[in-house]
Amino acid sequence: MSLASALPRHAVLPLASPGERKPPASAADWLPSPKLAGVSLASRLEVRLAPEMAASGVPALDRMTGGLPRGCLTEIFGPASSGRTSVLLTALAAATHHQETCVLVDAGDAFDPLSATAAGVDLTCLLWTRCNEKSSGKRNPNRSPIMNRLDQTLRIIDLVLQSGGFGIVAIDLGDIPLTALRRIPLASWFRFRRTVEHTPTILLVTASAPCAPSCASLSIQLRANATYSQNKPAHAQLVPNLRIEGELLRSRLPRKPVHSATANFSFRGSWENLA
Amino acid sequence: MTQLGMTTYACLFVPDFPVQAVLRAEPELRSQAVAVTIGRAPLQTVLARNEAARNAGVHPGMSKLELESCGGITLRRQSAAQEAATHAALLDCAQAFSPRIEDISCHTLLLDVAGLEGLFGSPQQLARKLTDQASRLGLAIQVAIASNPDTAMLAARGFSAITIIPPGKEAAMLGPLSLEVLAHHASNFSHDDDKLFDTLQRWGMRTLRDLAALPEIALSERLGQPGLHLQKLARGETQRMLVSSEQALTFEETFELEHPIILLEPLAFVLHRLLDQLCERLQSCALAAQELRLRLHLDTGCADDSCTVSTAPSIFIRTLHLPTPMRDAQLFLKLLQLDLRAHPPGAPIVKVHLAAGPARPRAVPTGLFLPPTPEPEKLELTLAKIAAIVGEDKVGCVELLDTHRPEAFHMKHFTPPVADPKNEKHPTFVTAMRVFRPPRPVNVSLENGNPVRLDKFPIVWTAGPWRTSGDWWEPENWSHDEWDIAVSEGDSMTLYRLAHDLLCRSWFLQGTYD
Repeated sequence: MSLASALPRHAVLPLASPGERKPPASAADWLPSPKLAGVSLASRLEVRLAPEMAASGVPALDRMTGGLPRGCLTEIFGPASSGRTSVLLTALAAATHHQETCVLVDAGDAFDPLSATAAGVDLTCLLWTRCNEKSSGKRNPNRSPIMNRLDQTLRIIDLVLQSGGFGIVAIDLGDIPLTALRRIPLASWFRFRRTVEHTPTILLVTASAPCAPSCASLSIQLRANATYSQNKPAHAQLVPNLRIEGELLRSRLPRKPVHSATANFSFRGSWENLA
Repeated sequence: MTQLGMTTYACLFVPDFPVQAVLRAEPELRSQAVAVTIGRAPLQTVLARNEAARNAGVHPGMSKLELESCGGITLRRQSAAQEAATHAALLDCAQAFSPRIEDISCHTLLLDVAGLEGLFGSPQQLARKLTDQASRLGLAIQVAIASNPDTAMLAARGFSAITIIPPGKEAAMLGPLSLEVLAHHASNFSHDDDKLFDTLQRWGMRTLRDLAALPEIALSERLGQPGLHLQKLARGETQRMLVSSEQALTFEETFELEHPIILLEPLAFVLHRLLDQLCERLQSCALAAQELRLRLHLDTGCADDSCTVSTAPSIFIRTLHLPTPMRDAQLFLKLLQLDLRAHPPGAPIVKVHLAAGPARPRAVPTGLFLPPTPEPEKLELTLAKIAAIVGEDKVGCVELLDTHRPEAFHMKHFTPPVADPKNEKHPTFVTAMRVFRPPRPVNVSLENGNPVRLDKFPIVWTAGPWRTSGDWWEPENWSHDEWDIAVSEGDSMTLYRLAHDLLCRSWFLQGTYD
């Protein structure tokens, strides 16, 4: 590497007239001007380390993505009945199995504790916050109930992330319409990502559509393969296997795939476990 | 360095105790001339005053009318609750040094400090530490250390700041003290010595040295054994055992307001002051608070001048149960503010009483490989702030109830779990459900008893029904037929749980599988 390339861009170089041979400049001549004393050399810039990966609980997803990155924002989206909540609960179950304290910010108040228990979530390790437009928080009377829920959600996420110490901060925006999702300021997502940076917290967002496009380190789209049996199922069997196809749309991690990768996995009906 | 004998006693004395009780609650008055009055208006008289008021010519017994001639004197009523809290703070200060304490009066304590050199150093260092500790609790005390309790008490009462009396020099050091000091000291134990002191005054006795110099036999002939006892006190020759008593650990602070507080913001200043004092006292005893009990006395009387009958003040009580013992005044203040904002008292406040339930401080587990856990103090504040946004019943830890009733769970306060190495819950791949709260009513078309159409969308697949019912003996009984259905909504397929309420004959969607 040449000396010039190691210098900061604004370093003051000694001038020499053409044809005049100057002795080699001393180190002091290469120092930046006093105005630029605070500018650090490019070589001193912080090297971003690869984040630690945590198991999501779904081996097929882990094979595709390497797991859920800690200190990053991971986005899982898909339409209704595409398996978003099942993946979310499996990730929470994997985290609570290791006694990590997790938070679920439930924008739509749609969390089912029975499903969570069936998925293996340790409910004692899970803090559940239920957003509701009828609650006693500060609200703008002219705003729609959905926007009130969203406002509460964003405020709670800020509080939870500032508190720190959580293994997974899960944000369930699955019931928020796309028009409302688009109204979340991008600055909020950048702030959330910045807050969890260099912490062991996984920020996991589930939604019906991508909502934090440039802030998510991982963006996974889920689709359901609706191959339901035409035969009438047996008694005590309600929901058959839910077959899911996951596609990794974006990854800002070192093991970024060249093309989008897909993984297939399935979830069983909870009644099958009981039957 | 002064060396003392085997038995050593320290006396803590709070001069102008009623004034110090007021100044402890209102520290901003320390630079002013303050007098504490007693009695009903308009017949108040001065009970005690601080140094600045003393210099301004205020003396005990002055009437309020006489005080007006002095000018610039801040008057406060005597507060029994504040004095009790100050006495408790003095006890906490003493208990931080020695377990053997004799509670002489509200402003005087005796401590057995024999053998504490290894912990606190020389007597001078011990006395300085006692003074510093009391200062942290908002008290300016006089400390004396001597080889017998009575000498220590006389010296603490008679000399300012710190006094160390080596063994054998009691009479010499007590000599310059006024006979009034002995009179005050004797009044703690006996109320029949007034005539004796009158006699001594008539004899021309002014100091303890004068009394100590009297011939013993002649004194005994004239004043009897009480006279001899007073002379022994003056010479520092009395010997007695310390009557130590077990003090109950009560952490309570009270503030009586001159004018009622209406807004929560000024109340926060009062609470902050009380919490600071409570936390200091807890720290001096190496304890923390497990719960906080706030009791507000409200002025519910008529504000209208025409209303002459005022009702008795009502009491507003709030209790904060903390998941782990804590000792952070700022945190407590935030929690109380959030709680009071959610549950306002509803009337002007005339008296604030704050009590802390003591507990041993939390032992912080350390370990490199422990999973991340939020700090309890931060978490508690975060939970309180979230509860202020969404409501108290919308945040916490969910606990399932032992019933098949839908939505059978209740929310409880979230406490960080203790790491359990025997956690046997493993993640399993189960289709999760998203619940509609409340259930969404729908129109369903039937064919041969099976649902075939949900509103305008065709049902492409069904499974069920699954009948569930219960609590038939209760008014809130339920009886449902449940189907799992797949509905084609445009280009997407959604799985729903459909329920038919057999009691009210209505259809509704309980949730989606996702």
